[in-house]
Amino acid sequence: MSRANKIISLEEAVKDFIYDGVHIAFGGFTMQRHPMAFIREMIRQGMRDLVIYGHSPGIDADILIGAGVVKRVEVAYIGDELFVSPSRNFRRAIEEGSIQWEDYSNFGATLRLVAGALGLPFIPTRTMLGSDMVMKSGFSTEARQADPKAAKEKLVLMECPFTGDTVVLLPAVNPDVAVIHAQMVGQEGTVRILGQSYADDFMARAARKVVVTAEEIVSEDFIRQCPEQNCIPFFRVDAIVHVPFGAHPTACHGHYDYDPQHYAIYTEAAKAGSEAFKQYLEEWIINVSSYWDYLEKIGGAKRLTDLKADPALGYQPNVVRR
Amino acid sequence: MSGKYSKNYSTAELMVTRASREIRNSEIVFVGTGLPMVASMLAKYTHAPDSVIIFEAGTIDSALLHLPASVGDSRCVYGASTCRGLFDIFATVLQRGFIDVGFLGGAQVDRYGNLNSTVIGNYHRPKVRFPGSGGAGDIACLSKRTVIIMLHEKRRFPKQVDYLTSPGWVDGPGGREDVGLIRGGPVSVITNMGVMRFNEKTKEMYLASHHPGISVQEILSNTEFDLNTSGALETEPPTVEELDLLRNKIDPEGLFLRS
Repeated sequence: MSRANKIISLEEAVKDFIYDGVHIAFGGFTMQRHPMAFIREMIRQGMRDLVIYGHSPGIDADILIGAGVVKRVEVAYIGDELFVSPSRNFRRAIEEGSIQWEDYSNFGATLRLVAGALGLPFIPTRTMLGSDMVMKSGFSTEARQADPKAAKEKLVLMECPFTGDTVVLLPAVNPDVAVIHAQMVGQEGTVRILGQSYADDFMARAARKVVVTAEEIVSEDFIRQCPEQNCIPFFRVDAIVHVPFGAHPTACHGHYDYDPQHYAIYTEAAKAGSEAFKQYLEEWIINVSSYWDYLEKIGGAKRLTDLKADPALGYQPNVVRR
Repeated sequence: MSGKYSKNYSTAELMVTRASREIRNSEIVFVGTGLPMVASMLAKYTHAPDSVIIFEAGTIDSALLHLPASVGDSRCVYGASTCRGLFDIFATVLQRGFIDVGFLGGAQVDRYGNLNSTVIGNYHRPKVRFPGSGGAGDIACLSKRTVIIMLHEKRRFPKQVDYLTSPGWVDGPGGREDVGLIRGGPVSVITNMGVMRFNEKTKEMYLASHHPGISVQEILSNTEFDLNTSGALETEPPTVEELDLLRNKIDPEGLFLRS
């Protein structure tokens, strides 16, 4: 892996790494640290037939489902907990039968990425035993056989050859691309995540290509002063994009909180139906000419300051959540 | 619990005080979003100060100055012993066997405490789609015991769940062992009407107590399966001290307790 300049623009990153039918995973968890600026740029550029792998995505997967560009999701949960659960475009798409899906538990979905990161074809676990996640598959065997990138089975039950215990074998996931939003990245690609890492470290290690969008790009010398605080080595990162506030409206620990005001706007549009949601996409993405204009549109410096994290806490205790 | 009982409380407040009593001191508790967060914080402030709150998104023993709105919330990080990610919690704490009690909820629960949080109707073309398992299926399979918090309505207490997301006692005695589970199972179901527990021999749900102002008959007419009510007492109400903590310290914003 070259140490050559990996820093590119948001537009270039989407153009270079995203294509029709890409199998993709996004970092973050429900209402936190999703690469939302990257996702909005994906919608702006347009694509189709995405396959999304994740554990508990929220608005990141839901906005793409609402934009009509997702073919399949293989996840454990799609929702934003306090704000909306389940996410409404996801719910509608499943009820209308317009996307394919597969249900795993959060641990199961995480383990598939862990197996991918370990370079193994599958991984055993004791979770999901006795549930319909073991008994029922959302994605049919025929559909799996027709998609060379899909796992041949959802999962397999096995008797452990050493103990006789029943275990579930889960197929590894190696997404074509993982997109992670981090607080800090070095110029060569070393990644530092503050707060919970969710499954981002495994997701990046499982993926074939990794794009990191970051609040701050710093020198490698600086980020390597405390290498024990870094979670993804530079050589696994293919592209770096500087996007301050790039997780909005989701939270970014140590930098800013989630934005309940924007969640209210989003959720109202997503609940109102696919036509109303198209208007949301036009107003907040298609007709917004640049990333900086988006930050102005959500309220500019005033709103961003309201959401800014208290450095002693990592979040903003005064943000109005209800 | 010492202290004066209150007469002026909401149903949600009653439910979280009952849920909080399910936590014993020094236990390791797997906490999900909503009422379980409120209940586990209340337990720490009252009878279980040494209990350990674990959130699936990566934190162990959070100090929780402010109520989180998500199990991945930055608010879970404050004062935590360690802060990593889902693999650390699910694999090395939950699957490894260190969770004493986990909290669960869902859209449907059957007589054996099996829960559905995935779909209503046919799985492949559902009438209603819910968010899915999240960590619930994992907590149900791998905790030493689980506590269920539910709304009590007939359609939510069916004879059979439409989809089994989180296994309870599966199909009765020996049900968990038969599917390969090595520990766990539900011990109580706390609803807006009463507290149910499970018969040790039959693994069937029975009514342990009905909330003040709710009759046993009301509970039966909101439950599709048979429920033994013969030993049911009246639920102990919240104390003045508990309500003060809930309203002024734990959830002053009314995130989960606003009626």
